[in-house]
Amino acid sequence: MKIILNGREEEFKRETMSVNEMLDLKKFSFRMRIVKINGRLIPGDDYGSSVINDGDNVQMFYLMSGG
Amino acid sequence: MRLFEIEDHLKNFRVGIAGAGGLGSNCAASLARTGVGTLVIADFDRVEQSNLSRQYYFQGQAGMLKTEALKENLVRIRPEIKVLTFHVKLDRENIPSVFSGCDVIVEAFDRSDMKEMIVETVQNEMPGIPLIVGSGLAGWGRNEILGFRKIDETLYICGDEMTEASDDLPPMAPRVGIVANMQANAVVEILLKIPLKTK
Repeated sequence: MKIILNGREEEFKRETMSVNEMLDLKKFSFRMRIVKINGRLIPGDDYGSSVINDGDNVQMFYLMSGG
Repeated sequence: MRLFEIEDHLKNFRVGIAGAGGLGSNCAASLARTGVGTLVIADFDRVEQSNLSRQYYFQGQAGMLKTEALKENLVRIRPEIKVLTFHVKLDRENIPSVFSGCDVIVEAFDRSDMKEMIVETVQNEMPGIPLIVGSGLAGWGRNEILGFRKIDETLYICGDEMTEASDDLPPMAPRVGIVANMQANAVVEILLKIPLKTK
């Protein structure tokens, strides 16, 4: 499958994946983060059940402390 | 656009500032100088002497509510500015009412769990309102990794997205000030694209 991840096309060797699987595969290990799929905000509790499909636009960013 | 045209445009808008620490106080000062008409400042804290290392407060203001001290300083910059203050700890319940009517909201919290909370709240409860998030500003130097990213029409990120504040890597005036002004710069860009007739 191919998705757009943070504005870049990326290929994964699978048909579909959960947000958690994507985070594991990309080694996005930092826990304070925001994930959007096709503009829809995914609550942290739903990372296991939310599915990323071929062609999806996925955005992820970290929230670092300090302000 | 000439400066007077820019000011004439910006005076019609209202911007929310969530937190009046290093990011929020400096961003608010920059927006006041630029000519934004109304700022809504929300913070629960009081000014401490140590805040003067990086926040937009002055000698003699220690002990004051940050909201009141910042309002005083913003009015000294631009007497005609309207400043609405909320001495409150922001949460999922009060954010939509505190920032109702705001055209843009600036996230200026210290803690990352609070940043997550306001992103979720504004995205879910205030659809269409742009939120400018600060993420990664602690320490010094490394100008080359400070950046700006537009996620979509409602979400923008300023900072290096990788540095956590800690005792050994505290937020400091230059880098916090850069990110606070990146946030203000993004606000100005967004507001200047909104036609006045939609107001």
